[in-house]
Amino acid sequence: MRNPYAVLIALVVVLCGRHAGSEQRFPPPDFSPGYSLPVTEVQGTPARDDVRGYIDAAVLLAALAAASYLALGRRSRRGLVVLGIGSLAYFGFYRHGCICPIGAIQNVVLAVADSGYALPLTAAIFFALPLLFTLFFGRAFCAAVCPLGAIQDIVLASPVAVPGWLARALGLVPFVYLGAAVLLVAMGSTFLICRYDPFVGFFRLSAGLDLTIFGASLLVIGVFVGRPYCRFLCPYGALLGLVSRLSWRRVRITPAECIQCRLCEDSCPFGAITTPSPETPPERRAGKKALAVTLLVLPVLIALGALAGRALSPAFAHTHATIRLAERVWLEDAGRVDGTTDQSDAFRATGLSTDDLYLAAGAVRAGFDTGTTLLGAFVGLVIGATLLRISLRRKRTEYEADPALCVACGRCYRYCPVEIDRLKKLEQAEGRAEQHDGSA
Amino acid sequence: MADHETKPIPRRGFMRAAARAACALGIGGGAAYLIAPRAPGERVWQIDPSKCIACGNCATYCVLRESAVKCVHSFPMCGYCELCTGFFNPAPNDLTTAAENVLCPTGAIVRRFVEDPYFEYTIDKRLCIGCGKCVKGCTMFGNSSLYLQAMHDRCLNCNQCSIAAACPSEAWVRVPAAAPYLWKKVT
Repeated sequence: MRNPYAVLIALVVVLCGRHAGSEQRFPPPDFSPGYSLPVTEVQGTPARDDVRGYIDAAVLLAALAAASYLALGRRSRRGLVVLGIGSLAYFGFYRHGCICPIGAIQNVVLAVADSGYALPLTAAIFFALPLLFTLFFGRAFCAAVCPLGAIQDIVLASPVAVPGWLARALGLVPFVYLGAAVLLVAMGSTFLICRYDPFVGFFRLSAGLDLTIFGASLLVIGVFVGRPYCRFLCPYGALLGLVSRLSWRRVRITPAECIQCRLCEDSCPFGAITTPSPETPPERRAGKKALAVTLLVLPVLIALGALAGRALSPAFAHTHATIRLAERVWLEDAGRVDGTTDQSDAFRATGLSTDDLYLAAGAVRAGFDTGTTLLGAFVGLVIGATLLRISLRRKRTEYEADPALCVACGRCYRYCPVEIDRLKKLEQAEGRAEQHDGSA
Repeated sequence: MADHETKPIPRRGFMRAAARAACALGIGGGAAYLIAPRAPGERVWQIDPSKCIACGNCATYCVLRESAVKCVHSFPMCGYCELCTGFFNPAPNDLTTAAENVLCPTGAIVRRFVEDPYFEYTIDKRLCIGCGKCVKGCTMFGNSSLYLQAMHDRCLNCNQCSIAAACPSEAWVRVPAAAPYLWKKVT
């Protein structure tokens, strides 16, 4: 040995290396003077700055303002289509569908559930801004800002009406999806919404076979059924639907008085137009009875949901990595399976004790027991609330857009003779003004 | 329903008030989140080198065409071996840099003679695709000085990292953005 300290250094290195989980099989050489160890060149690589995120937020704000104006102020379907294509191009194909408000739900939930995770400002803006706009102007976000909505709106060529009962039943799915996504994020399993985003693969031009098939079949279905993802899956749409019931201004089919011409009746591919209530309202007592029954059934539904959720706890828990690993390690130790997996190998390489692993898995399981019970109760509540809404009869005198279902696409405007009349008058006025300008 | 006859104006007024209240709550809650720093800071994805088994998923599962994951070299841990198992094939014909002897599919590892019998191995980051072949070789037979890290000048920090979802050993973790790398060190 050229250097008597080398042995000591090597020994220290070996011991410490083992402590850090890595073994120094070959002692680092002691070079003759003149050689200096290179520095790992990425040492100074900084984290990507977030300027792009702020640009995205600014674009989102501008697009939301434009969509609200086009849907409510200008009442222009063409403008909304153009804006939608622009959003699809920017948020979809240019920014690869990330970050989006639908996925931002999960960031918000994770920030609440995990004290170690700080919500990025961009994610907070993307979550809150469309909700605030919906609170004031209805679902203008869905109309022309969301790239997922835009891609489905474009392919919708020959809409077929979905039966009311089926649409209502499928309309429950977004709430279940929302609840499940919140649960899985809160438990630290996965970001469900991002993982099964059907269209992000198209935006990125790369996706697994399963998601390609899922996305493509949604687009094929979307040719006939208006916006299947938005109506029957989108968890953010569920939130927006709730919020838009309170909206300050909303889409009105007719710009003035409804003349009950029924021309707009079939214009909505999303089944969002509600017809006026019949002249002779149903027996009041019957309505009251239905309401009372539903109110009585509601707690039963919640209880049943909670029980069902509790029963599904093991299935949900299986999405968690710790549970899967603990199961595998247990099976291997019990000799029920042959061989090992990459996961179990990696776990054994860390040298942690299996008891700790089982303890951690037990804690996760307990969390899932509570979480799935709450999820089930929530689903029961949603079903009950839907039944309640059906049993409540409101008096309507006009053809109206249901604020929860209307995505402000503007298709119905051109069906309304009052609107056509208004546009004609507007054009004439503009023409006159132009003539006036020309003569002056 | 009892309020069949009520005119729509009071209800609308009530709804507006409710909307305003909800709006105020939403903005207030959101602002409270942003203003009060509850958590240490943003987190980014990174590979825990102690769990990584260099399976090769990092090269293929990233949403970027060229993975954000690259190999890095902890020089203080390196043995500067002449027969580097991270550099050479398991059974090289010869200890030369000829392509058939070399493990790296893109030739991203540069081998340089230092002094007898030591060779220095540096990684050309532009060529590295993060396949982890060298990492596997170095970890199995050498000092494990080569390891994979997500490069944060490339990483998009997706909500659900595609590689993390495909990682067989749960090596992907979220780390504070202030210290976005998990460097291997000789302590």
